[in-house]
Amino acid sequence: MRPFDYERAEDATGAVAALRRRGTGARYLGGGTNLVDLMKLGVETPDALVDVSRLPLRGIEERPDGGLRIGAAVRNSELAAHRAVRERYPLLSLALLSGASGQLRNLATVGGNLLQRTRCSYFQDVSKPCNKREPGSGCPAIEGEHRNLAIIGHSDSCVATHPSDMAVALVALDAEVEVEGEGGTRTIPLREFHRLPGDEPQRDTVLQPGDLITAVELPLLAFATRSTYRKVRDRAAFSFAVVSVAVAVDVADGVVRDCRLALGGVAHVPWRAARAEEALRGQPATEESSPRLPAPSSSRRDRSATTHSRCRSGGQ
Amino acid sequence: MTATDTLTRAIGTPLARIEGREKVTGEARYAYEYQPENVAYAEPVQAHIARGEIRSVDASETLAQPGVIAVIWNENAPKLADGADAELALFQSRRVAYRGQYVAAVVADTQEAAREGQRLLRIDYVEEPHDVVLRENHPKLYTPEKVNPSFPAHMEKGNVEAALASAAASVDVTYRTPAFHNNAMEPHATVALWQDGDLILYDSNQGAPAHRDAIAGVFDLPPERVRVIAPHVGGGFGSKGTPRPQAILAAMAAQMVERPVKVAVTRQQMFAVTGYRTPTIQRMRLGADAEGRLTAISHEVVEQTSTLKEFAEQTATATRVMYAAPNRLTTHQLARLDVPTPSWMRAPGECPGMFALESAMDELAIACGIDPIELRALNDTQVDPEDGETPFSSRDLVGCLREGAERFGWAERDPTPGVRRDGRWLVGTGVASSTYPAYRRAAQASARAEADGSFVVRVGAADIGTGARTALTQIAGDALGTSVDRVRVEIGDSALPKAGVAGGSMGTASWGTAVVRACEALRAKLDDNAELPAEAEADTSEEIEQQKKRARHGFGAQFAEVRVDSDSGEVRVPRLLGVFAVGRIINPRTARSQFIGGMTMGMGMALHEESVMDAAFGDYVNRDLAQYHVPSHADVQSIEAAWLDEEDDELNPMGSKGIGEIGIVGTAAAIANAVHHATGKRVRELPIRLDRLIECA
Ligand SMILES: Cc1cc2nc3c(=O)[nH]c(=O)nc-3n(C[C@H](O)[C@H](O)[C@H](O)COP(=O)(O)OP(=O)(O)OC[C@H]3O[C@@H](n4cnc5c(N)ncnc54)[C@H](O)[C@@H]3O)c2cc1C
Ligand code: SF4
Repeated sequence: MRPFDYERAEDATGAVAALRRRGTGARYLGGGTNLVDLMKLGVETPDALVDVSRLPLRGIEERPDGGLRIGAAVRNSELAAHRAVRERYPLLSLALLSGASGQLRNLATVGGNLLQRTRCSYFQDVSKPCNKREPGSGCPAIEGEHRNLAIIGHSDSCVATHPSDMAVALVALDAEVEVEGEGGTRTIPLREFHRLPGDEPQRDTVLQPGDLITAVELPLLAFATRSTYRKVRDRAAFSFAVVSVAVAVDVADGVVRDCRLALGGVAHVPWRAARAEEALRGQPATEESSPRLPAPSSSRRDRSATTHSRCRSGGQ
Repeated sequence: MTATDTLTRAIGTPLARIEGREKVTGEARYAYEYQPENVAYAEPVQAHIARGEIRSVDASETLAQPGVIAVIWNENAPKLADGADAELALFQSRRVAYRGQYVAAVVADTQEAAREGQRLLRIDYVEEPHDVVLRENHPKLYTPEKVNPSFPAHMEKGNVEAALASAAASVDVTYRTPAFHNNAMEPHATVALWQDGDLILYDSNQGAPAHRDAIAGVFDLPPERVRVIAPHVGGGFGSKGTPRPQAILAAMAAQMVERPVKVAVTRQQMFAVTGYRTPTIQRMRLGADAEGRLTAISHEVVEQTSTLKEFAEQTATATRVMYAAPNRLTTHQLARLDVPTPSWMRAPGECPGMFALESAMDELAIACGIDPIELRALNDTQVDPEDGETPFSSRDLVGCLREGAERFGWAERDPTPGVRRDGRWLVGTGVASSTYPAYRRAAQASARAEADGSFVVRVGAADIGTGARTALTQIAGDALGTSVDRVRVEIGDSALPKAGVAGGSMGTASWGTAVVRACEALRAKLDDNAELPAEAEADTSEEIEQQKKRARHGFGAQFAEVRVDSDSGEVRVPRLLGVFAVGRIINPRTARSQFIGGMTMGMGMALHEESVMDAAFGDYVNRDLAQYHVPSHADVQSIEAAWLDEEDDELNPMGSKGIGEIGIVGTAAAIANAVHHATGKRVRELPIRLDRLIECA
């Protein structure tokens, strides 16, 4: 492990200033549950950490519209347990509780969760090429182990998935990310926050260097009280989604008045299934009217770079 | 003391783990926690190619790193003795046999500096094409001379082909199991120091004396110049049964830098250097007459080993024990590939082999239209089915099946597959037999009566978390005719009387025999009014050599209930039940832990665990616990273990059979059979992942 400096910021402005002062080798430190792991693996080699986990960004506040403003340093476990979240946005609470373990959720922050890196095994192994880690070095996952990687929205240079469960629920809720950067404070809709890999897979999000996430704004969505998060996974707890879906529906007189659908574990971004939502609106709320989503194929693995199934070929 | 000559009975009572308090308070020290003065840290460097040669090593950046003391590799490593274990010939060659092999090491003042030095070391390789994927028609397949440890690779009796051709019912199917890695909680770790030419190692292992001998051999030292200390070990599952390269590295580095040196194997490294269960491809053919009586059993196994060392898993040997049939074939073929060396993992042989045999028995039961328990009972045998004459010392497979059926509620079971629904869930139940040999090997022990009325019993045993120390205390207490609180058992040190490793489920039987004999000898001395302190010793070599020829095995029955989500193919396990006939249970509390621990690991094998070989790079890619899934609590609601009272006086003075491994045997088949019952889909390749079931909706 490389020696690195550690600094604790007092407030958001101070954190942004500290990072700028320290230059490109510095990183914000949230709960550290992803960043520190990546440092141990040599994937991240920062020369300084600016600890933002204790910034005064730990509040969950009421918004005038009945929504919530969630501080970036709020722990995943606090957010999941918050009464307003459980009552108004059960899908968010369920998504959080489906992720990681109790111990990790007690440490993990909202900001860090949004910025956690892919679990692609090549990304985590510095002895191997990876376009996301080392642009231009290649993507061994396309021909190699990609069972849990992207099935939509991937590119020839990267087939990674974004692993967050929380972000899937947030994108279904039209959350916005508040960011403090060089030019002051701005707000980015979560739908535009994460990027598809294209030919720049090293960029997970649209953030600029030095940008600090300060809050997540959650608008009111009245029918989110009827919502859930379904996570399909290889074991019942403590594992990432093979595929997940965050869903909220507004049903009146047997008809879908409105709905929200987002998919996790399938793409480089938490995937808002807008067309499926459109197809559902105005339809009778029956099982048959459920849209046909891009289902994980159960056939043999497709070796072409454009389709990736959840299956691994036989052998071992 | 002789005054306490009354019959005490510690054996059979649920004595709490003697060192439990030390462990939960953190007082118990594990290998890496020993902190000799002036200790240095070594970090191994792993090969980045799967086959080839090291051309050169550029250590300039590493050595410039503050805190780095030395870089070790082939060029400067001391010459080691040619030993039996090629995995321990650390840095003796420039050849690379598999990706991840230790090819160099960095020694530094701190672990952090060593790691940074490791990151900066530049190794240039001459890479050769590699061959890492096992297949049934691999051109390199050969039949080994023997399979682990010394069974014939090939056995044949009668005419299997003819019997299969004329069978009223038959199955001919191929099962596949992936590679599995033993993921003990405590990493493989060693702290080594040299003192006046003697080597002392604090090491995490399954048997200090055996490790002492092997390591002494590597350094060409007489065994008495080496001492291995391992009082507490956090799991091994076979992977700590033989020394691993980190022990050699610690000793070598300590010699070179003339300071004590620590090494721990990281979780990621463990997927290359500490052994694993070979993937298997198993063709099973069974033939039966119209009543379901087996006429032929054929079990053909294909598996892998490394180019460095032959390890031939004895996958078909359980098939030689389980059922009667006049025509029999069991055979193993190996391919030496450019892969890490496989090794022992909990119930090597029985575990993967019984997945195939017991799945095939379920398929045969369906083909014959017979209840799977009845099919097994019908084909039970009281003599070794291979030689047709050696009696079992005891064998109660059928008792286990019947008792389990009763407890599990088997009688109400409708055999029709795929018909029980509970909402989205498909529900099913399955059964499989289990077995594990009851071995025993020679050991030495001593017993000492102190003047204060207490006793000290010493034996070079290992407690790898099993409760061995506690069981041996109970055994000693009974043998001495005293209460357990007056007995202190010392284990985990090669300086103690020599005893074998905790492996092959024979620890307690082997060490226990020696302990009983030493205690008996001591009692004889005390009866002769020996002066205190008095001491006696025992060596069981002769006793074990002279034991009668018997087939000695434990048996069991595994029951599983599963629920399969018809939308997603996810499998959950509401119930697992194992019933075992394994002689006398010495400590029901620790025994239960062994059984349910084994069953849990069997469930992991059935549903979650899988080491994924990357064909392009030649390594197992999912090398941490976020990617290599072991079961979580949420996967199973109830795991129960029960056992029958089994009297067997042809085993050992305790009347016990080994219980460390039998729990894992048959579990995967019971679950796979239950999945078939739930869904109608037979999954013949483990693990039973959701994508292998998703079509069942
Ligand atoms: C074994 C394991 C299993 C897991 N399983 C799941 C799972 O099932 N589902 C799931 O969703 N997640 C899972 N996780 C991931 C976990 O949710 C993330 O590690 C966690 O949310 C990251 O939050 P953190 O605060 O610890 O981030 P850190 O590790 O501190 O930081 C992550 C990144 O965010 C940056 N960062 C942190 N805070 C800010 C900020 N305010 N502004 C700008 N940048 C910031 C850091 O610089 C770093 O690049 C798992 C993790 C582990 C280790
Ligand atoms: S999928 Fe993306 S993260 Fe994974 S190896 Fe390819 S480029 Fe790297």
